[in-house]
Amino acid sequence: MTTLASNPASLERAAIVAKIRDKARAIRMHALNMVYAARLGHPGGDLSVADILATLYFGVLRLDPKAPRDPGRDRLILSKGHASGALYATLAEAGFIPLDWLSTYMKPKSLLNGHPNRNYVPGVEANTGPLGHGLPIAVGVAIAGQIDHAGYRVFVVTGDGELQEGSNWEAVMIAGHRKLTNLALIIDRNTLQQGARVAETNDVEPLGDKFRAFGWEVIDADGHDPSALIDALARPDGCAKPLCVIAHTTKGKGVSYMEDQVGWHHGVPTKVQLDQAMKELSLT
Amino acid sequence: MSAEGTASPRLFDCRDAFAGALEAVAEQDERIVIVVNDSIGSSKLSGFRKRWPERTINVGIAEQNMVGVSSGLANGGKIPFVSAASCFLTGRALEQIKADVAYSKANVKLVGQSPGIGYGELGPTHHSIEDFAWLRVLPGLAIVSPADPWETAEAVKAAARLDGPVFLRVSRFGVPQLPRRPDAKFSIGKAETLREGGDVAIIANGVMVARALAAADALAEKGVDARVVNMASIAPLDVEAIRAAADLGAIVTVEEHSTRGGLGGAVAEFVAGYRPCPVRIVGFPEFMPTGGIEFLFETYGLTAVGIARAAEEAIALRHKR
Repeated sequence: MTTLASNPASLERAAIVAKIRDKARAIRMHALNMVYAARLGHPGGDLSVADILATLYFGVLRLDPKAPRDPGRDRLILSKGHASGALYATLAEAGFIPLDWLSTYMKPKSLLNGHPNRNYVPGVEANTGPLGHGLPIAVGVAIAGQIDHAGYRVFVVTGDGELQEGSNWEAVMIAGHRKLTNLALIIDRNTLQQGARVAETNDVEPLGDKFRAFGWEVIDADGHDPSALIDALARPDGCAKPLCVIAHTTKGKGVSYMEDQVGWHHGVPTKVQLDQAMKELSLT
Repeated sequence: MSAEGTASPRLFDCRDAFAGALEAVAEQDERIVIVVNDSIGSSKLSGFRKRWPERTINVGIAEQNMVGVSSGLANGGKIPFVSAASCFLTGRALEQIKADVAYSKANVKLVGQSPGIGYGELGPTHHSIEDFAWLRVLPGLAIVSPADPWETAEAVKAAARLDGPVFLRVSRFGVPQLPRRPDAKFSIGKAETLREGGDVAIIANGVMVARALAAADALAEKGVDARVVNMASIAPLDVEAIRAAADLGAIVTVEEHSTRGGLGGAVAEFVAGYRPCPVRIVGFPEFMPTGGIEFLFETYGLTAVGIARAAEEAIALRHKR
């Protein structure tokens, strides 16, 4: 049996995962502080997507924060743009924007709008917010890469309730048809939407079967396990299909009173709640 | 002085000029791609597809995805020309045009084919007499409605040069090539005075410009001196041309569009804040009954006679003030 200590590759993976976990904790803390200061935001979704974003930016994406519009860069499009708190925190931790911008979140004339704008914030690829927009845009970038035989990959993160929007399925269909091997969709499968459980509202299951039927490769993964996400996002050898990773997550992950609670889609913590959240997160 | 005179009698389908100009710019710039919703034939783009199959992206019948994909293509360094029936492109994908194109300042060219009542008897579902109104409220989106083949080709070239979003309306309804001086230039946002006149200003765009010129001829026979302004661009708006028109004290606008929110609306909004004067808006006021293109133009007064009558009404209103 290979042990971590005897396998340099495992050692490197362990170091990467440790860094991702540190960054994910920081992203969660930033996002909650931002929502608390702004008195507005989407903390449940910020916490659910934090490990996905941390894994992408610190373990997968080939990006240079000094050249955010490098034509050869990998793209990450956050289709669930309401998780802007987590995205801005990630971009700050990754060096795209100064950390001190985060305290301006949603303040008058801040560059950090409630939903991201690519012309305000380096590293933002698409002006998302209305749901069902990110995946078609990602398909377009992937087609551009296909035409140019470019080496970059295009990643897009959607929510699960978001898949109720029909525009996604138009994009899913053409991505399968064109065999966009440079495209990867990560579904933040936290099972909750704004008003209720996805399953109670308009169920998206059987989710994997739907994507497979449209010609996609589907992998289920623990959306809070960086190592599992890294493995899932590595392109399977010889696979000539777009990749869908169903990342199973918990909305509000890391803060006990927020976890799996529909009320924390929106919701602003009190000072006491914020302090408790910081304490809990510091122990993760 | 701008060119005067009557238009040539031969009629042209502006889609030919569109397709020809697009191939010419695509030859020079390999970033140009086309995006269609099974609309190759109706856009007259089969020649483009034959030359550049890899630069032809047909997403099928899916307009929201078509516009989103185009925004992504722009992100990937392409200059997409999205060519689709204007009614579906603008109505079905309006939120994508707002968020993914205009608000994102994406370098996407939206080409509304067979706009206005180009589909005639196919009826109000296929008419696109709302597109100016829907799109005119989006900041940063240039909106151009060329009047003839020359202007269509110039608009395609200008759109390709401009680093930013454009909506281009391409008509299939036959129009004459308008008389122009050899040194005529087209610029997005710049109106063109085709005929000088001091009694009333007729401001038109698209297929209505030739009819506005014919109306001016008819008015001249009655001793009325009408200016004819081709306002191909609704956005950005050439406010200098509108100021000059308002200074005459009587304006008629003519467009193959609803009477609400289009060229007439844009002119009236500006005139109200500058020097209020009568503005008669000639267009379509309602969902229309079954009928061919010319029948509908006749019914709603989008003819030389109807435009001339509206001009006389505007002049009469000015005298009452």
